Amino acid sequence: MLRFVTKRLISAVLVLFSISVLVFLIFFATPGVNPAARIAGRSASPATLKAVEATFGLNRPIPIRYGLMMYHLFIKQDLSSYVNIGDKVIPQITQAAPVTLSLVFGAAVLWMVFGVWAGVIAAKNRGRFIDPFIMFVGIAAVSIPAYWLGEVVQLITQTSLHSSVFHWVPSTGFTPLSQNPLQWAVHLLFPWLTLAVLYAGIYARVLRSEMVNAMNEDYIRTARAKGLSERRILYRHALRCSLIPIVSLFGLDIGALIGGSALLIEVVFGLPGVGMLTYNSLTNLDLPVIMGTVMYGAFFVVLASAVVDILYAVIDPRVRVVS
Amino acid sequence: MLSPESTPILEATDLKVSFSTRGGIIRAVDGLSFAVGAKETVGIVGESGSGKSVAMYTMLGLTRDANVSISGSVRFQGQEILGLSDTQMRPIRGGQIGMIFQDPMTALTPVYKVGWQIVEQLRAHTDLTKQQARARAIELLGEVGIPDPGRRVDSYPHEFSGGMRQRVVIAMALSCNPKLLIADEPTTALDVTTQAQILDLMTRLQENYGSSIIIITHDMGVIAEMADRVVVMYAGRPAEIGPEIDVVRNPQHPYTWGLLGAVPRTGVRTERLATIPGNAVTPLNVPEGCAFAPRCSFVMDQCATRPALHGDADHLNACWLSPAQKVELRGKVLRGEIDA
Repeated sequence: MLRFVTKRLISAVLVLFSISVLVFLIFFATPGVNPAARIAGRSASPATLKAVEATFGLNRPIPIRYGLMMYHLFIKQDLSSYVNIGDKVIPQITQAAPVTLSLVFGAAVLWMVFGVWAGVIAAKNRGRFIDPFIMFVGIAAVSIPAYWLGEVVQLITQTSLHSSVFHWVPSTGFTPLSQNPLQWAVHLLFPWLTLAVLYAGIYARVLRSEMVNAMNEDYIRTARAKGLSERRILYRHALRCSLIPIVSLFGLDIGALIGGSALLIEVVFGLPGVGMLTYNSLTNLDLPVIMGTVMYGAFFVVLASAVVDILYAVIDPRVRVVS
Repeated sequence: MLSPESTPILEATDLKVSFSTRGGIIRAVDGLSFAVGAKETVGIVGESGSGKSVAMYTMLGLTRDANVSISGSVRFQGQEILGLSDTQMRPIRGGQIGMIFQDPMTALTPVYKVGWQIVEQLRAHTDLTKQQARARAIELLGEVGIPDPGRRVDSYPHEFSGGMRQRVVIAMALSCNPKLLIADEPTTALDVTTQAQILDLMTRLQENYGSSIIIITHDMGVIAEMADRVVVMYAGRPAEIGPEIDVVRNPQHPYTWGLLGAVPRTGVRTERLATIPGNAVTPLNVPEGCAFAPRCSFVMDQCATRPALHGDADHLNACWLSPAQKVELRGKVLRGEIDA
């Protein structure tokens, strides 16, 4: 098991390295593009261009430029934006990351609870009214665009019903967990729900079909022939085996969301997370920040898939390497 | 052998199982009656789709189809068990009746250690503590011939070969000292040498535990080795029932002749094995009369009417041929003058 974990982590590091090279090449070695002009932003002065060239060693060979870039980005952490003069890239990201992490993990708890619950109820009641009903609600939840739902939620809670039912909803923004846990939760409640709706729908549908398949498996018949209770058969056997694909789905979704897929929710709810940061830097073509957020996103996607693989080995013994 | 005065462990009377489908009604089991005595082994033999497995699953209430309709009676130790609820059946399933399945590769839950799965069953039916149940599981694994059971108890199903997995399934089925063991084609998915080992194991364990066995198979060889009595099924109906020795030595039904003809024999050189012409009837249109008539070489006008099981003493068959005709035709079949 330990060997498996080590191997998986080493390969994750290699993937991250490759991604950093690729990202670097796309930003700084695209033929026909002067990277200095890109970094310096629109209508930069010749002096600024000179400064950029010096900082990034743009007249030196590509491998050295890559090294310099990574040095400024990760070791000295002084890579700064030229569009918003002086804004350092890394501090911006480390400031925004807790917002995104709060948003994604909170939503993940909600969608796992609701998704698994709804999936189990539907699978348990297959052939009765409640099953197609839950599946219909699920498909509706999947089909609603999250940003549209977010806008509607904002409209209702911040404007139309803010004076009556939703008077307790604070104005948009973020309060750190360490500062005031209650305010943290209240600020994030509706973003969480909005984000969770989509994923709960997906998870309920996937889990239901996995469980319906599992209930037809031979080992369920064995479990019945053993004289176990239906409850135990459902939870300890069918659900346990059906959770395996759910876990891998979960890990990848979490990775992608932290990596920036929660962008629209952050923008709609005015949360200053990494998605918002990416969005802002995209609108004013702040290249160093974009590069930083891309690397940050890649890091979480790779980390999540490594964690999923390790978790997979924990919950599915067949995956473990037999030494 | 079942003596008339002893009450049978299990007695099925006129068991009928049918499924209503879009294409019509499928009569999977149509009037099956048989009894299993104490310490007796009953073999149920027939082609795929002859309703043998469905009959067994139905007896245990494991046929879970919304479109099924079941009638008849199944008495286990004198108690009617057909139609009992899951909760009422639970102490019987796994506790009093153990079950072994056809495919050991899929019969165990893949994510749990085999010991855990045996402990689960033990704890569902007994008051053993976790430690006691685990000790018993190790003992059982040793008994079914798994080497180094103390270590293997913590292996996962995928770490065993097919034959070893079937041993685990057998250990699990026997864990609560069941009165009756139902084995659904326990050797079909295994290779030939493993088949023999598993059959030996079952015979040995039956002697130790004193369970009765119902063994479902399509292999007359298995019947000859294991069974005290035989039920030959065709298209959901019993074609012939009797003591193994009578059914194998003196088969009465042309279908049984065909089954016996399909067993390869050592020392006899044949170009190819005998087959029964045609295919098993599709369950949607089983003939009104004798179900075997469309494939039978000796079909007569009478066969348009369904023959009842009849015969002398405990050897019954459902064929219209007169005893004299059977003797004559069977003789010709054996001499190779005609095909069954």
